[in-house]
Amino acid sequence: MKILSKCYIGIIFFLLYIPIAVLILFSFNEAGSLAEFTGFTTAWYEELFLDEEAFSSLMNSLILAISSSLIATVIGTFGALGLHRMRNRYIKGAVNSMTNVPMMNPDIVTGVSMMLLFVTLAGILHAKSFFGFGTMLVAHVTFNLPYVLLSVMPRFKQLDKSLSEAAQDLGCTPARAFFSVELPQIIPGIISGLMLGFTMSLDDFVISHFVSSPDFQTLPLYVYNQTSHNVKFSMYALCSIIVLTILLILIAVNFAGGKKKGKGGTK
Amino acid sequence: MKKRLFTALLALSLLCTVLLPALTSCDSESGGITTLYVYNWGEYLSDGSEGTLPVNDMFEEWYYETYGERVKVNYSTFSSNETMYAKISSGSVNYDVIVPSDYMIERLIDEGLLAKLDYGNIPEIGNILPDFQNADYDPDKNGDGYNDYSVPYLYGMIGIIYNTTMVDEEDIGSWDLMWNEKYEGNILQFNNSRDAFGSAMYNLGLWDQINTDDEAIWRQALEELKKQKPILQGYVMDEIYNKMENGSAAIAAYYAGDYLTMYENNEDLEFYYPREGTNLYVDAMCVPASSQNKTVAERYINYMLTAEPAIANAEYTYYASPNKLVVEDEEYVAYMNDIKDDGYEKMYVTTDVDGNEVQTSSYRNLKGDKLLLLNNLWEELKSDISVSGGIYAICGVILGTMTGFIIFFAVRRKKRNIY
Repeated sequence: MKILSKCYIGIIFFLLYIPIAVLILFSFNEAGSLAEFTGFTTAWYEELFLDEEAFSSLMNSLILAISSSLIATVIGTFGALGLHRMRNRYIKGAVNSMTNVPMMNPDIVTGVSMMLLFVTLAGILHAKSFFGFGTMLVAHVTFNLPYVLLSVMPRFKQLDKSLSEAAQDLGCTPARAFFSVELPQIIPGIISGLMLGFTMSLDDFVISHFVSSPDFQTLPLYVYNQTSHNVKFSMYALCSIIVLTILLILIAVNFAGGKKKGKGGTK
Repeated sequence: MKKRLFTALLALSLLCTVLLPALTSCDSESGGITTLYVYNWGEYLSDGSEGTLPVNDMFEEWYYETYGERVKVNYSTFSSNETMYAKISSGSVNYDVIVPSDYMIERLIDEGLLAKLDYGNIPEIGNILPDFQNADYDPDKNGDGYNDYSVPYLYGMIGIIYNTTMVDEEDIGSWDLMWNEKYEGNILQFNNSRDAFGSAMYNLGLWDQINTDDEAIWRQALEELKKQKPILQGYVMDEIYNKMENGSAAIAAYYAGDYLTMYENNEDLEFYYPREGTNLYVDAMCVPASSQNKTVAERYINYMLTAEPAIANAEYTYYASPNKLVVEDEEYVAYMNDIKDDGYEKMYVTTDVDGNEVQTSSYRNLKGDKLLLLNNLWEELKSDISVSGGIYAICGVILGTMTGFIIFFAVRRKKRNIY
């Protein structure tokens, strides 16, 4: 049984990582083909670093992901607070499930409806089409919001109401009680919401595709549009770099998390 | 009251952060620089990588020297005609130059999404070979001798690529090679309905019927494809490159320019135009009706017709050029022959293996019920692929086991509650 379970894990990891391994391997292939591996080269990486378009789209992606996840986190946290304090149980339930709809919606529906909204808006305002960073930001904040709510709401539910009441008894204003008593306790939820939003926004293709403009192209859009003919090998290099970066971040996060726990243990 | 004010301020500030960039970014002519939005296929324009000419930068410079105004080219790419169509027809973005294929140009014209070209701004139009003017997809209605809406950019013809180490010389020459049972499991067919049905019609000798209204002919092609299905390795698109390059498939139909790309990675590959006739497509530069800078767009098109950028683009993409300055350029011919001894001939001389001229035909825009018919027939062809049966069985088993477990636990819990 033990051997079997080990095999199972082995197979799962194999299936998960073999495509990435192949990608990384062939990003170093001298031949520039998937047919055969002729020799080791870093030429594709050099080409990638000379590719200004790839880098400007990476920058765009990062700017968009950071700003949209931050805005969504602020709105989402206050939204969760409001939801938590709602008195009417039925309205609360209704609002709660309403906020989940955008998350359950297929991306394509969100994308098309966003595009239609902006097109009609431009028509009503008689403005030139204003697609670009602004529309992308609105769309990304919208689809990030439910994820933030989802990770912050449980934290509010776990909060002990009497703590905030005690703080107010001791002379805190309600706002101060929120910021110095409740907020520190929900911080982990906020951070996980922020990170979730960041990753969702970074890898979103479908919604961005509909609301983007040539002025502001993100990395997924750029990579997708490169695939119409044979895929450039510098794209393999780019994907390898992204995988490695994420791996490093994960290791760093886990390492930091582990350290904290260790400290707590010795206390 | 204070609380209300605070909330209102918060909401206002959020609104501002969201709307400000939207309102400021719509200004395309900030500081006297015109931005020209060009929307082209991916990897379809010489971009300066690997020592090629940066054509867009050259245009910006040329424009400043000629007209004394600054233009910035905003170049973006699409991966299929349909993606491009969705963007143009939604009206979300205003492009100035787009490069659709022939049948899509016809559709865009029908729907009034293209602007008529003013050839006064495109004096170099004479460089385009007369064969490509007054095209079926964009007929010359005003009688100036040129297409009304489009200027051909690059074109290509489908031929059959085969691996000389796996295919006998005596079998080649016809579309029939893709139906040859001797090569069972080594043949690749297009995974898109138009090209797959096209290949079947060519094989049937119906090269001039590929846009037919006759349902019987479409059904006949379907029967032909059904006959081919058991001996296919699969229906593929871009995988053709890798499969042909590493020898995991022996026969596939694809474009001549792409063949040269594959040949660079595997010298065992050969290519011929089948004697029954073949498909020719043209990608052409157009100006959408929604363009904000039509004159600059036409000057851009004109610039692309001059020798230096036209040759650079043809050399970058390996696709055939309809521009006589390219076709007649000795350095270009030498460049193509450098890739393969008869590279130039492969691209431009459409003769079959016996040296006879091959008939070509192009796809037209299929309307309404014809498109529906094609989709239904394609569905019919693909739906009886045998894997799907297995998948249904596996899903059924998993679902069954899950419901079994749920019922089991529910019953057990109920029993416990009774005691």
